Amino acid sequence: MKHMTEEELIAYREGVAEQRAVISEHLAACQECREELQRIEAVLAALDTLPLPDPGAEYGRQVWKEIAPRLAEKPGHWWQAWLEPRRLAAAGAFVALVVGAFLAGRISKKGDVGDNVASKEQVRERILVVAVGEHLGHSERMLVELSNAAPSGPKQKEVNISAEQRRAEDLLQENRLYRQTALQDGDAGLASVLDELERVLLDVAHSPDEVTPAQLEAIQKKIEARGILFKVRVVNKELQQRQEAREPAPPQKDSTNRERNKV
Amino acid sequence: MNRMQQSVDSTQAIAESDTIAVERTLAGDRDAYRVLVERHSHNVFRLAYRMTGNRHDAEEVVQEAFLRGYQKLGQFAARSNFGTWVYRIAANYAIDRMRQRQKEEARREVRRVDEEDGMENDPLSRVRDEAPTPERLTQSIELRKQMEQALAALSEAERTAFVMRHWEGCGIEEIAAVLKSSSNATKNTVFRAVQKLRLALQPFVETRAQARAMGTES
Repeated sequence: MKHMTEEELIAYREGVAEQRAVISEHLAACQECREELQRIEAVLAALDTLPLPDPGAEYGRQVWKEIAPRLAEKPGHWWQAWLEPRRLAAAGAFVALVVGAFLAGRISKKGDVGDNVASKEQVRERILVVAVGEHLGHSERMLVELSNAAPSGPKQKEVNISAEQRRAEDLLQENRLYRQTALQDGDAGLASVLDELERVLLDVAHSPDEVTPAQLEAIQKKIEARGILFKVRVVNKELQQRQEAREPAPPQKDSTNRERNKV
Repeated sequence: MNRMQQSVDSTQAIAESDTIAVERTLAGDRDAYRVLVERHSHNVFRLAYRMTGNRHDAEEVVQEAFLRGYQKLGQFAARSNFGTWVYRIAANYAIDRMRQRQKEEARREVRRVDEEDGMENDPLSRVRDEAPTPERLTQSIELRKQMEQALAALSEAERTAFVMRHWEGCGIEEIAAVLKSSSNATKNTVFRAVQKLRLALQPFVETRAQARAMGTES
C-alpha cells in the first residue's frame, strides 16, 4: 500500500487538500498514516495552547481614541493624513534635521577643503544625535513628572494626567521617526531603547485623562519596573559623550594660520 | 429618557452594516468609521498579535491598519467585505513590521557578538539582560518558549500563511492575495510552515506527552 506523503497529510489537516475524499479513504484503512497524522495534530494542538492576550472590552474604543485625532476630515486621499498637525510637526522636525545635515555638510566642505574635517555622514549623525538627545530629554522630563505626580490630598479621588498624556502622544510620533532612522543607520542599541520608550509612551497615551490614585500608582510602577528612566538616561549620556567625542578640536589651526600669515 | 435614547442609538450603531458605515464615512461622516473600528479591532488585534508575536507591535499594526484603511477607503470596492479588507491591510503591515524586527534582531545579534568582551561593564547590557528564572526550566514553559522560537524562525510568508490559515481560517485565495502569490505557491508555503514547526517542536511535544503518561507533570 502506498502511504500518504507528509505534504498530503498536512494539506488534509489544514483543509487545503485537493483529493480530500481519497485521503480520508486511505486514512480509514491505514493505521501508519493515521498515526503520522496524529503526530502532526499533536504539534498543532500544542501550538493552539499558546496564550493570546485579551486586549479588553474597551479595546475598540481605545483604538478609535488613538486614531481619531489622526484622521483627515474626509477619507480617500493618502496625502491628507500628512496634513494633520502632529504628523506635520514630526515630519517638519525630520525635514529640518535632513536639511540641517545637508547645509552643515556643505558649510564644513567649503570651509576646510583638504583638511581632516568631519564627513557629511558624521555631520548628519551629529545632528541626529542632538535631535534624539533633545527628544530623550523631553521624554525623560515627562516621565519624571508623571512618576512624581500625586493626589493633592487624601480626599482627591482623581488625578488629571491629560497634559502628560498629550505630551506622550506628541513624543510617540517623533519617537517612531527616530527609531526608524536609528534602525536604518544600524544603531541597534539606540533603536532598542527607543522601542522600549515607545511602549511606555503608548501606555501613557492610552491612559484615561483622569486616573484614580491607584491607577496612577500602577502607571508609576510600570514605568519603574521597566527601568525606562534609567535606560533613557544611560542612552542620553552615551549620546552626549558621542557628541563630545566628535566635537571639532579647539581652533588651533586658525592660530597657526594666523602665525603663518604674520610671517 | 436620555438613557433610553442612548440605548437605542447604541443598538442602531451595532446593527449598522459595514457597507452603510463605509458609505457614510465616504460621504464625510467621520464618526461612521468609528463603528467599523470598534467592530473589527479585536479581530485585527488577534491576527496582528499572532503574526508579530508581541502586544506592542500588534497594537501598532491595529492602529496603522485602520489609519491606512481610512486613507484608502476610496479604493474599497463596495462588493468586498470591510472586515476582510482591513484584515488584509493589517497582514501586509504586520509583514513589514516583522521584516523590520528581523533586521533589528540580526543587527543586535551582530553587535552582541562584536561587543561581547566589552559588554560586562556596559550599563546597557545589564538592563537588557534577561536571566533565566527557575520557572523557565519546567517543561511547559520550555515548550512554550520553543513554540515561540519556532514561530519566530519562520519566514514572514510562512508565518503569515500559517497564522491566516491555521488560526484565522482564511481561504487560500485570501492568503495568496496578501502574499502576492499563486494559490499553489501559498499552499506550499502553508505546508513548509507546518513542516518546519513540526521539525522544531515534535521532540518537545512527545517528551511532554511521555511525561504526562508517566504522571511526572502536574
